[in-house]
Amino acid sequence: MKIHLILSTVLLLVLVACTRETRDFQQPAALSEPASGVHMSELHPGGAPVPKPITNPFESNAYGVSEGKRLYESYNCVGCHAHGGGGIGPPLIDLKWIYGAEPANVYATIVEGRPNGMPSFRGKIPENQVWEIVAYVRSLSGQLSKDVSGGREDHMYGKKAESSTPKENPKISRPLGNPVPEHKQ
Amino acid sequence: MGAGEVASLLRRRMSASPQIAPLIRFGQVLLRTFPGLFYCLVLLSGCSDSRNHISQGKHPEQESNYQSQAYKGKMEPDDGQWIRPAKDLASTRYSSLDQINTGNAKTLKLAWTFSTGLVRGHEAAPLVVNNTMYLVTPWPNLLYALDLTKPGAPVKWTFDPQPAPESQGVACCDVVNRGAAYAAGKIFYNTLDDYTVAVDANTGKLVWKMRLGDIHKGETMTMAPLVVKDKVIVGNSGGEFGVRGWVTALDVNSGKIVWRAYSTGPDSDVLIGPNFKPFYAQDRGKDLGVSSWPPDAWKIGGGTMWGWMSYDPDLNLLYHGTANPGPWNPDVRPGDNKWTAGIFARNPDTGEARWYYQYNPHDLYDYDGINENVLLDLPINGQTRKVLINAERNGHMYVIDRTSGEVLSANPYGYVNTATGVDLKTGITQAVEEKKPRFGAVVREICPAAPGAKDWQPMAFSPRTGLLYVPHNNLCMDMEGVDANYIAGTPYVAANVRMYAGPGGHAGEFTAWDPVAGKEVWKIKDRFPVWSGALATAGDVVFFGTLDGWFKAVDAHNGSELWQFKCGSGIIGQPISYRGPDGKQYIAIFSGVGGWAGAIVAGRLDARDPTAALGFANAMKDLPQYTTKGGTLYVFTLP
Ligand code: HEC
Repeated sequence: MKIHLILSTVLLLVLVACTRETRDFQQPAALSEPASGVHMSELHPGGAPVPKPITNPFESNAYGVSEGKRLYESYNCVGCHAHGGGGIGPPLIDLKWIYGAEPANVYATIVEGRPNGMPSFRGKIPENQVWEIVAYVRSLSGQLSKDVSGGREDHMYGKKAESSTPKENPKISRPLGNPVPEHKQ
Repeated sequence: MGAGEVASLLRRRMSASPQIAPLIRFGQVLLRTFPGLFYCLVLLSGCSDSRNHISQGKHPEQESNYQSQAYKGKMEPDDGQWIRPAKDLASTRYSSLDQINTGNAKTLKLAWTFSTGLVRGHEAAPLVVNNTMYLVTPWPNLLYALDLTKPGAPVKWTFDPQPAPESQGVACCDVVNRGAAYAAGKIFYNTLDDYTVAVDANTGKLVWKMRLGDIHKGETMTMAPLVVKDKVIVGNSGGEFGVRGWVTALDVNSGKIVWRAYSTGPDSDVLIGPNFKPFYAQDRGKDLGVSSWPPDAWKIGGGTMWGWMSYDPDLNLLYHGTANPGPWNPDVRPGDNKWTAGIFARNPDTGEARWYYQYNPHDLYDYDGINENVLLDLPINGQTRKVLINAERNGHMYVIDRTSGEVLSANPYGYVNTATGVDLKTGITQAVEEKKPRFGAVVREICPAAPGAKDWQPMAFSPRTGLLYVPHNNLCMDMEGVDANYIAGTPYVAANVRMYAGPGGHAGEFTAWDPVAGKEVWKIKDRFPVWSGALATAGDVVFFGTLDGWFKAVDAHNGSELWQFKCGSGIIGQPISYRGPDGKQYIAIFSGVGGWAGAIVAGRLDARDPTAALGFANAMKDLPQYTTKGGTLYVFTLP
């Protein structure tokens, strides 16, 4: 009994590890039709059937996610969204989504573009690469299991640079109470 | 920590995680056998840390025996209106109105407000012409005309240019607009999607519009035009998108393009001809706008003009800077990258360049050269010189002979460790080697950071004190150069940046500067970069706003605070002063946080990523606790 449990756990782990490490260079066929799975609203009047969300096979694949990260940088997503904290475009590491968090939503965002400045990458990024980017984008807000997501980028941090300059006590000119400016008479 | 301590630390760790025990034991044995190893490791790790080589930076010099010296030069007459953001052609932002003075400023009261209903950064200066106030909003770039003759200044008309929503995606640092200009019965301004429009000042009807750029290449327009004689002069934005910078003159009546001068490329495109006489040798030669770049890089090399212009009617010269070269990662573009990060003097009739000076040859840090140029006639070494003053992003306050382009002085007005100074003989900035960004390595504590010791936020000059009032930044950064990949319409930056407050721990300063002595007279520190413009008045009251929403009046002589008002949102606008139809002096300012500094609030960015907003969000982590977004105009007067 105990042996069985251990054996099956090991097997399961091996299996999981397999997809995790798979390097699939073929585009997954089932994904060619993302539009049918896209829905932009949680409201479904008259009890209309809720479309089944599409799953993205790269989301259980560490190699796919790391490829997604590389592509995210080389297609200049990083220039508008930074490393997920946002800039011109909204942050991608938070849990707020304007256009939906599902893989099909993120796919549509990248391929179709969005009206307030998200460019359409249709015809620019091959479809399987888009799905890798989708997996990476969703990993940024922790939507993928930990074992496939990369660690958070932290090399920009290093030693706390602020603390290596001598600390003075800044006289902040706020709020009321006449802060005395440093004037040299 | 010595080798012994490390060994005992390892021992403690050992009990916690038995799996790695053999490894740790091996480490312990190694350390015990070769105690020197530990120090070797420490030394090695130190090598990759640039902070071990920090050279001492320079702080501004302080004037010890400052005597208030009235300005002897001539100022443009003031009619109590405000027809261009910089007030006059010399860009002094000085109002000769003096009802509000150091004695009564504390009684200033709110007169009326006006909400724009928009939540992005409001950087524009209001205009006041013929008892009407004109306001340009951030995208969608509405133009409001408010009737100052009626109580509460109701809307006369609104003009909507309907700029493309997509243009928001190619505006590097929020969808701001810095204001309009009035001339010949028309209001001129730029839209984010690259049109210059002329609107009838009375009726609000479009007179003409002219498309000048292409958002698909990453071009936008955010600057306020300058009208010189019968020409509207404008420039583009997009230095973070690999656009090619230009300045263009349009006919005020028809909108037809009269000339266009590029900041890169062959002399014929830059409008460099036989009358081009730069002061320094390094700026002389044929087609330097091509030869100072790797092949073809000038075509996507930046040098935009999204900042300020001044005009000297006596010399008939227009002064404008050129912004940073692209991409930020300098290793990608060996050479001086002319004519970016410098200043041009041009004949406004033809656009022909007269002289040029490069503040930052082969710019390393995104130090745009587009800050305002204040034109003054100052006694320098016993001689009255026609100069222009520029508080450059690189932290130096340049005093330049505006007839010739000779640099007369360039003293630091903020903390600088990227250069040791400017060689006045050669005009060359003395760069500090260990602060140069490197490909794939993080160089730390670069001061000033990318937005410079001062960004676009314009300073003011008071002829009564002879001082400049400079709103600016105290920011440093870590920077790493990475691979560049040009895709038209997407950012072309190729650098990771992380900013933080500079020495002292405060990120903003408001400095009173004596341009003759080249020294600081007084300084107010602020928690956040002071991202609003400054206004000087004849009542010796100086106005500015803070990013967390305090609008302040301070004494022009010593900086002591006279009055302040907490606005609804952070202030990045430009204060103005005008005489109302009732004869009273009014002060107006936009509140509405945003811009590059305030993007963390306007774009609700997530500062857990230190590179958000090109690294600015990291320095502004706590701004969301101090202010929220929303654009409102505030108008104040005495009771
Ligand atoms: C030129 C700037 C720019 C580039 C390049 C860019 N984006 Fe965007 N992105 C935006 C803007 C602006 C928005 C917001 C659009 C809107 O609100 O309509 C956006 C929105 C998004 C969203 C939707 C977020 C939400 O909350 O629903 C995702 C996901 C996204 N981008 C991912 C990407 C990826 C992946 C890439 C690279 C393939 C990329 N972006 C490249 C500007 C950009």
